Amino acid sequence: MEGAMQADAKIRSESGTESGPRGPACSLRHFACEQNLLSRPDGSASFLQGVAEKSRERLIRNTCEAVVLGTLHPRTSITVVLQVISDAGSLLACCLNAACMALVDAGVPMRALFCGVTCALNSDGTLVLDPTAKQEKEARAILTFALDSVERKLLMSTTKGLYSDAELQQCLAAAQAASQHVFRFYRESLQRRYSKS
Amino acid sequence: MAEALGVVAESLAGDRARAARTVLDQVVLPGEELLLPEQEDAEGPGGAGERPLRLNAGTRSRGRVVCGPGLRRCGDRLLVTKCGRLRHKEPGGSSGGGVYWVDSQQKRYVPVKGDHVIGIVTAKSGDIFKVDVGGSEPASLSYLAFEGATKRNRPNVQVGDLIYGQFVVANKDMEPEMVCIDSCGRASGMGVIGQDGLLFKVTLGLIRKLLAPDCEILQEVGKLYPLEIVFGMNGRIWVKAKTIQQTLILANILEACEHMTADQRKQIFSRLAES
Repeated sequence: MEGAMQADAKIRSESGTESGPRGPACSLRHFACEQNLLSRPDGSASFLQGVAEKSRERLIRNTCEAVVLGTLHPRTSITVVLQVISDAGSLLACCLNAACMALVDAGVPMRALFCGVTCALNSDGTLVLDPTAKQEKEARAILTFALDSVERKLLMSTTKGLYSDAELQQCLAAAQAASQHVFRFYRESLQRRYSKS
Repeated sequence: MAEALGVVAESLAGDRARAARTVLDQVVLPGEELLLPEQEDAEGPGGAGERPLRLNAGTRSRGRVVCGPGLRRCGDRLLVTKCGRLRHKEPGGSSGGGVYWVDSQQKRYVPVKGDHVIGIVTAKSGDIFKVDVGGSEPASLSYLAFEGATKRNRPNVQVGDLIYGQFVVANKDMEPEMVCIDSCGRASGMGVIGQDGLLFKVTLGLIRKLLAPDCEILQEVGKLYPLEIVFGMNGRIWVKAKTIQQTLILANILEACEHMTADQRKQIFSRLAES
C-alpha cells in the first residue's frame, strides 16, 4: 500500500480510533447530532455515529467537486443529501451513483458523469466486483473507486485492507471495465426519462 | 464520400466526439463532446489541412454558432454539461451557424437576462424591494421601475405581493436586478399581480412547453373556463378563475399536463366540460 498513489486507507485496529464513553456498561461510539439544518423540509436532522461517516461524506464531496462546474455558480452552496434505505454491500459506490444521478436530475452543470465501483479481494486472491455485505466482511481487502465517464479516469479511491501493487492495478482495470455497464445504465435510464415527454 | 469516411473515423475513435448534427433531438449526457459542422471536414481521414472539394459549398454556413444552455465551448468543440435533448435552430437572417442548446428538465431556476418571471416581495429596504425569484439570491427591484412611478408617486407594493417583471441584470457574478417596465417605459403587462388567484410551481420544461407557439393546451384551457393566467419562466404560474374550485381544477390540470399524453388531456377536458 505504499507508493505514489493517493489512497485513503482506513485500517481499523482493534481498539478503534473513536472517542466516546467506553465504560464497562457502555460500548457505544461518539455521537453528534444536529437538528433543523435544512430550511426547506419540515424537519431534518443529522446524526453522526463514529468517525467513519464523516470520511465517507468527504469522499463523496471531493468526487462531486471534481466534476461539477462550480465556476458557473459562485457564492452558491450545492447540498447533496443521501439517505441510506438499505445497505446490501458496496454502500459507498451506491452513494456515488445516487449522487451523480441526483446532480444530473437537478440540472447542475457537470463536466462529466461519475460512477462508483467496489472491488473485494479474497484471501485466495480472487476479485469480486460489487460485493454483498457478507462478501465484504470475509474479504481481505475492499477497494472503492470513482471513475469519470469521459476517459474512465480515476477520480477517487478508498481502500481498506491488505493488497499488493499488482492487485491494485488489477482491481482498477476491472473497475474501469465494470464502469462501462454503469454508464450504459445511466444512459438508458435517462433516455427512458426523456422519452416520456 | 468524404462525409461517410469522416463518420467512420469518428466511430472508431470511440464515443469521444460526435458531429452535432448527427445527435440532434437525441438525449446527450454531460461529458460528451460535439463537433460543429466545420470541424467534421477537418477530422476526416485526410488529416489536417486537406479539405474535400465540396460542390455544394453554399449549404455549409461558416458563420458564428451560438452555444445555448447546457453547452460550453471547449477548445473548438462543444462540451455538453447538462443531460437533455440536443436542439438546433437554423439561423433566420444573415448570421450564420444557428443556435445549439440542450433541452433539459429541471426544477431549479437560474436567472437569465430578459426572462419574464413571477417573484414574491420579501423585503422593502429604502428604495429597493427584495424579490424572491427562486434563484440562489433574491433579485432587487427599484421602486422607480414601475410605469408612472416617480419619487413622489411611489407604487403600492407590500411585502408578500406577487410581481411580474423581467431581468435587466442577471449573471453569475452579480445580484440579479429586475424591472417592471420595458425599454419604452410601458408596463406591458408587468407589475404587481392582482388579488386572489393561486400561485404554484411547475418544472421549467413545462413552462417552455406551454409557452411554445404551437401549444394547444392553453387554448383548450381557455375554452373550459374564463381565466387569467401569468407564466413565469422561473417555473411559477399564477392562475385565477371565477370560483376557487375552478381555480384549483385549472391548477391541477396544468400540473398534470407534464405527464399526460394529448389523448388523456382531451379526455379530461371533455369530462370537465360536461360537468
